[in-house]
Amino acid sequence: MEKWENNKAWFLVLPVFIIVAFSSILPIMTVVNYSIQDIWGPGQSIFVGTEWYEEMLADHRLHDALWRQFLFSGLVLLIEMPLGILLALAMPKRGWGVSASLVTMSLPLLIPWNTIGTIWIIFTRPDIGLFGAAVNQLVEFDHTARPLDAWITLMLMEVWHWTPLVTLLAYAGLRAIPEAYYQAAKIDGASTWSTFWYIQLPKMRGVLTIAFLLRFMDSFLIYAEPFVLTGGGPGNSTTFLSIYLVKIALLQFDLGPGGAFSLIYFVIVLLFSYMFYQALQRVGKGEKV
Amino acid sequence: MTLTLEWMEWTLPTAIFFSTIFLILVAMTIWQTVAPSIERRGFLPIPTTPGDRLFIGLLGSAYLFLAWLALTDFTLWIMLGIAVVWMIVVMRWG
Repeated sequence: MEKWENNKAWFLVLPVFIIVAFSSILPIMTVVNYSIQDIWGPGQSIFVGTEWYEEMLADHRLHDALWRQFLFSGLVLLIEMPLGILLALAMPKRGWGVSASLVTMSLPLLIPWNTIGTIWIIFTRPDIGLFGAAVNQLVEFDHTARPLDAWITLMLMEVWHWTPLVTLLAYAGLRAIPEAYYQAAKIDGASTWSTFWYIQLPKMRGVLTIAFLLRFMDSFLIYAEPFVLTGGGPGNSTTFLSIYLVKIALLQFDLGPGGAFSLIYFVIVLLFSYMFYQALQRVGKGEKV
Repeated sequence: MTLTLEWMEWTLPTAIFFSTIFLILVAMTIWQTVAPSIERRGFLPIPTTPGDRLFIGLLGSAYLFLAWLALTDFTLWIMLGIAVVWMIVVMRWG
């Protein structure tokens, strides 16, 4: 049996552990404590057991927010993954065009998230926004009043903001394919489609797994952009989990229900993070995902 | 400056909960040092170490508890029993 030789290395991890304890472990313990009490102020609390969990699990606004969240993440993946791959395939492979397109693609990723919301508020305003006013010449469009328009605006913003990430990852994957594969495909007389299906797509599997999971997690935790753009409205039509959570925990200051909600949200995120971690581990080992 | 934990609003059940998890982690660390384990394949779809199985067991228990609260009105002690059985099954055969 193999013996551990580097147990002393654990001491080097200690500083990180202390930081994580203060930034994550102690706060999450506090949230667990909050979630089973009714709290009015420091030191003023009553033990309520699992009441908040039962209330939150039965809360139909939470169910709605959860389904909305899955719908949003699903649409994000459905649009951004194929679009990102297509853009990566269309990008030039040599010459000055490579740098030019890489920089252009990266620009949306460099803008702070709340600024993105502000940009799109102005851009899509029906009265003065370039996009909003132009579309209103053809059909009525107002993301502040009509749920469907709010979703369309949100999806446009999300796709504009994050498709470049998928594209950059897919492009990196494409560039890593040795030229010999393409030569072999050419000799066999393979069509563009079969080259894509049998060479490029399988070779991109690793980076696409990363892109898929990153995009899923990010869109599942999205807060700043919809908060700035729609504030969760009109009505509750774009109230995602994080927006609803902030409403309960910080605006209504219901720490107990907020804590229970956080932990339900947390176990969902934890499950997907773990699957993400497992998939990445296996990409690293070159196993089938 | 004095360090107080009052702001964390501790209760006895949560203290017991976190102490138990802490003790399990300590015990498993000692166990791993005394008798190092290797990755193996059980009924779970991925090869796992005892640490992986502990994590999967605890996360699975969290979902079981939430489902129990959402779907039934029975006491949580029954669920605790189910969770213990589930932990043993995952640790032993997972």
